[in-house]
Amino acid sequence: MVFKPVSSPHRHGALSTARVMQWVLLALIPGIAVLTWQFGWGTLINIAIATVTALLCEAAALSLRGRPVGFYLRDYSAAVTALLLAVALPPLAPWWLVVIATASAVLIAKQVYGGLGYNPFNPAMVGYVVVLISFPLQMSSWPTPLGLLSDASQPSLGPSLAAVATGTGIDGWSGATPLDLFKHGVNGQLVSDFVAAQPLFSQALLAGLGWEWVNLAFLAGGVLLLAKGIFTWHAPVAMLGSLALMALLFWDGGSSHSGGSLLLHLFSGATMLGAFFIITDPVSSAVSTRGRLIYGALIGVLIYLIRVWGNYPDGVAFAVLLGNFAAPFIDNYTLPRSYGHSRARRATEQSK
Amino acid sequence: MQPLWELVVANPIAAAVLALVGLALLFGALLGFAAERFRVEGDPIVEQIDALLPQTQCGQCGHPGCRPYAESIAAGEAINKCPPGGQATINALAALLDLPAPELDDEHGEASEVKKVAYIREDECIGCTKCIQACPVDAILGSAKMMHTVIAAECTGCDLCVEPCPVDCIDMLPVETGIQGWQWQLPPRPGLIASDRQPHSGAAA
Amino acid sequence: MRKVWQTPGGIHPAENKLQSVQQPIQPLPLPPRLWVALNQHAGAVAKPLVAVGERVLKGQMIARPQPDSGTALHAPSSGTVVAIGPHPIAHPSGLPADCIEIVCDGLEQWIDRDRHPDYRSLPRSELLVMISERGVAGLGGAGFPTAIKLASDRPIELLLINATECEPYITADDSLLRERAEQMLVGIDIASYLLGDPAERVIGIEDNKPEAIAALRTAIAARSDKAAAIELAIFPTKYPSGGEKQLIQIVTGRELPSGALPAELGIVCQNVGTLYALKRAIVDGEPLISRITTVTGKACLRNGNYETLIGTPVSALLGHNQLQPQRLARLIMGGPMMGVALPSSELPTVKTSNCFIAADASEVAPEQPAQPCIRCGLCAEACPASLLPQQLYWHAQSQQHEKLEAHNLFDCIECGACSYVCPSNIPLVQYFRAGKGEIRQQRAEKAKSDFARERFEFRQQRLEQQERDKQAKREARKLAAEQAKAAQAQGDNGAAEDNSAAALIAAAQARAAARMASPQQQRDKLTRAITSSRARLQAAEDKLTQAQHDGADHSQLQALQAAQAAAAQKLQLAEQKLAELAATDSASSSDASAAPELDAASRAIAKARDSAAAREAMSPSEKMASDLAALDKRLAKLQEKLELCEDSEQRQLLESSAAKLQAKRDALHTSSQGDQHGI
Repeated sequence: MVFKPVSSPHRHGALSTARVMQWVLLALIPGIAVLTWQFGWGTLINIAIATVTALLCEAAALSLRGRPVGFYLRDYSAAVTALLLAVALPPLAPWWLVVIATASAVLIAKQVYGGLGYNPFNPAMVGYVVVLISFPLQMSSWPTPLGLLSDASQPSLGPSLAAVATGTGIDGWSGATPLDLFKHGVNGQLVSDFVAAQPLFSQALLAGLGWEWVNLAFLAGGVLLLAKGIFTWHAPVAMLGSLALMALLFWDGGSSHSGGSLLLHLFSGATMLGAFFIITDPVSSAVSTRGRLIYGALIGVLIYLIRVWGNYPDGVAFAVLLGNFAAPFIDNYTLPRSYGHSRARRATEQSK
Repeated sequence: MQPLWELVVANPIAAAVLALVGLALLFGALLGFAAERFRVEGDPIVEQIDALLPQTQCGQCGHPGCRPYAESIAAGEAINKCPPGGQATINALAALLDLPAPELDDEHGEASEVKKVAYIREDECIGCTKCIQACPVDAILGSAKMMHTVIAAECTGCDLCVEPCPVDCIDMLPVETGIQGWQWQLPPRPGLIASDRQPHSGAAA
Repeated sequence: MRKVWQTPGGIHPAENKLQSVQQPIQPLPLPPRLWVALNQHAGAVAKPLVAVGERVLKGQMIARPQPDSGTALHAPSSGTVVAIGPHPIAHPSGLPADCIEIVCDGLEQWIDRDRHPDYRSLPRSELLVMISERGVAGLGGAGFPTAIKLASDRPIELLLINATECEPYITADDSLLRERAEQMLVGIDIASYLLGDPAERVIGIEDNKPEAIAALRTAIAARSDKAAAIELAIFPTKYPSGGEKQLIQIVTGRELPSGALPAELGIVCQNVGTLYALKRAIVDGEPLISRITTVTGKACLRNGNYETLIGTPVSALLGHNQLQPQRLARLIMGGPMMGVALPSSELPTVKTSNCFIAADASEVAPEQPAQPCIRCGLCAEACPASLLPQQLYWHAQSQQHEKLEAHNLFDCIECGACSYVCPSNIPLVQYFRAGKGEIRQQRAEKAKSDFARERFEFRQQRLEQQERDKQAKREARKLAAEQAKAAQAQGDNGAAEDNSAAALIAAAQARAAARMASPQQQRDKLTRAITSSRARLQAAEDKLTQAQHDGADHSQLQALQAAQAAAAQKLQLAEQKLAELAATDSASSSDASAAPELDAASRAIAKARDSAAAREAMSPSEKMASDLAALDKRLAKLQEKLELCEDSEQRQLLESSAAKLQAKRDALHTSSQGDQHGI
């Protein structure tokens, strides 16, 4: 029998890729719960459709590539992509929208590049952007939060399923998101007046009604992941910090030209989801901790720019993709200083 | 100037074409200037190619030594003619010259994994010096009517001494590396093809 | 408390140390056979000094190191050497290497131990030789010869003693410190003396060894006030703090520059086990033949630390600890993070065998196929050298060697922290080891090919030079020929005759003629010709008669007759010539003695022949008398030479030959005497 040499180390830490993904799924639960509470069955239906589509697409791609399907599906990465897309897409979006988004995320953004670990762009964000640009109407029909509904209840399961299946919305049910409202609604008013006039803002604690709870829930999930050591604090803190800084810098006291308050930006839209679940995706972000600080800060700045001066009410998806573009470049310039060397290298330097 | 301006205003296509051509000329000029002004003098390419060749001077590539082959590679010859260098040398040459890396051209000899060294069976040696004259690196010690022997540390395994020996007393023996020369091997590449799957318990379906 | 710094990275694996320190260090029963491996140390393989069949004593040197590389090896117990040859050893490849096999006779008979408790009175150089000859090597892991490390000629400010033992499971150093701390401190003193008494001596130890720390404190306090101070630096437990580079950073806050030795910073690191061995070697006169080894792991019912003889088969160690073979999933020499997985337990221990883990399935990571890298960066966070294992992984996989070196691959200490944390189970350390191996191999091949290129170019030069020399000679000869022709064309007057070809020919002819000039030589030649012709004639006649007798056919008979006729003719000719010569000879016989053209050689030959002829004519007694006379003459000449001679060697030679001659003469004299008396 030929002895096959086994290299040290002979023990292993507890963390595995599957475990990391499972923790991420766990941390999404508070956010999903709040979304369901505030906006009805839509999110759960999205999750179901997206998960099924993701697993099917990934299995198909893997078998086409001749890879062992079970081994790769067991790392839960397809499930995480599906869930992230499902909470990002509008609840009660038509089923084909969800399917297209998920399929492009898994097939185009991930499998074509070589599967997990090889994709340069965040798959969930790619899927989101594909449908955002292709189907702007469906992507801008968001629901009204619970507190603003006349009968104080969201549509029940039956009508929800019907709405998703047919692709038609539910009458009187859709409304603007806080960012959307702020962007298009302020017409020469002072912010304080505008906020007082809009029930979406006047009835809320921090930012938009309903949406602030969603963001708080995702924040809670993110803190859980930080505590578990699933990722380091650098990217989320940098992103939130730079977004807050931008908001403060351009807050001119609340005139009609202002870009929105700090709280509005931090607790509206996909900010918290982006900070703790999207930009912390290790495959598409920068590698070193210093690099992650720069990466997070860049994304924060871009989010503000797109939200305030861009065409879209929420710029998280585009900002993240632009950050993904920049990640290899950031890596080049943020190599650590190794032990015994006087300064850090640039990755492009030739060895002596 | 005026008629040109009117032409441009009237024909947006003409304007676009003019703009693009103008930009192309501008950038072309800039790049050309930069290529000359910031040119880096590197090693002559022949030196760099020769540094990558294994220097066995065996002649299997069809040239009388490694340097002549390096010179003809610089002149455009195929880079896959060196069996002692093997695929590693072909890849290195391809990387240097920015060419695709083909497989070794078997016409010139097969690449062998095992390094060989010549050995003279001294009982049979007649002292004719034919092998000494053939060795391209002077690795054989001896003279007329005196015993010939190969200095193993200097032999490159090129094979050129075997033919001229009139009593056929030279063997090419594989070099034993043993425990001193043992290296860790690269682990198998991740991303197993289903057909390559190893029998692990609890692995793929 | 001495200040300590923190290293970057690091991990906190489960320590698993309690199971092996429940008891003090135990002795082991003497195994029946021991195998001492010849390549135990960093450095070249040692050369055996003993032969098969030889009896060796405990502590006797059985292998000598190569100069400046390696240390000596000693017989761990008394017995007989039965074999010197390949045997499986503890190497990751599983390949065998040469070992000296000793069958123990059970007597444990020691050599004469040369004790030096007063080592300070010995010069340092002598002490270093003693250390090398007594086989002291680094017992912390690499087996580097201690004598070479302590022979540093740089100024050393800090002697850093490594009591860290950061790997899980291993407790050998811990138990050594608990029980034998004072002896280890003596080792520190010896090392200090060799290093020129450095200003600081610091023991670096992790805080997970409270008993060892207490024992050290007690031992340090018990030293006399005159003894130089030894400090304790206690730092938080983290793997890997015990690596030399990391320990230096923790205790001094300084980093060892890449590629430099600690001595360049004025620091020397030694493991506590090595220092203890140093004390035993110098003060107790016992070469390094045993060490403390931890045996642990769930597949053994008993775990503990043992005083193990070097060369003990691992199976004996495991058997003593009640190994359960069916539970054994992997046998590891060393710790779980950097240890070597062994193919079997029929291998001998070596000087660096600090621990054996008989791990069952729960204690080893299952061999799973690696998943793709998800670029999580946990490896970079864990790396104590602040490298980027992820980039090293990508470049090692694609075999991009320049990029590997650019990312400082050779600064990697192969601690395994990155592989430990990798969520995708990628065997990073194996990638790095393979990469390092490939780069080293490439460097060796490049050196070889550069050397071959030099030899080839030199050969080209040599051949060209030969060509040029040949060409030059050809030119010179052509020139000479032309000159000669020109001289010839000029006529007889002038022109040196020596250079003309005609003169050469004339000279050759003259020589030939001169050769013929000696009548004596001619006569001899002719006499020989006559005798051979006579013989040939006789043979031809015999053949003819035989043929006639046999009744051969006519043509054969004719041929033989012709041959006979030719031979007869030749004989006639020769005799004729001889007669002519005799006639001329007698005519010039009066001139024979003058013979002006005869050269000295022919004269000497003639003389010798004459004297030989004369001897023929003499009677035996006359012969003896003449011999005696000759010997006397020679003796007299020798005596003259001896008197004149100054050189003592020559005098000796002359005297000996004189003695010989004298002996000969005496012998001859007595025999002639005897002869004369008519025997």
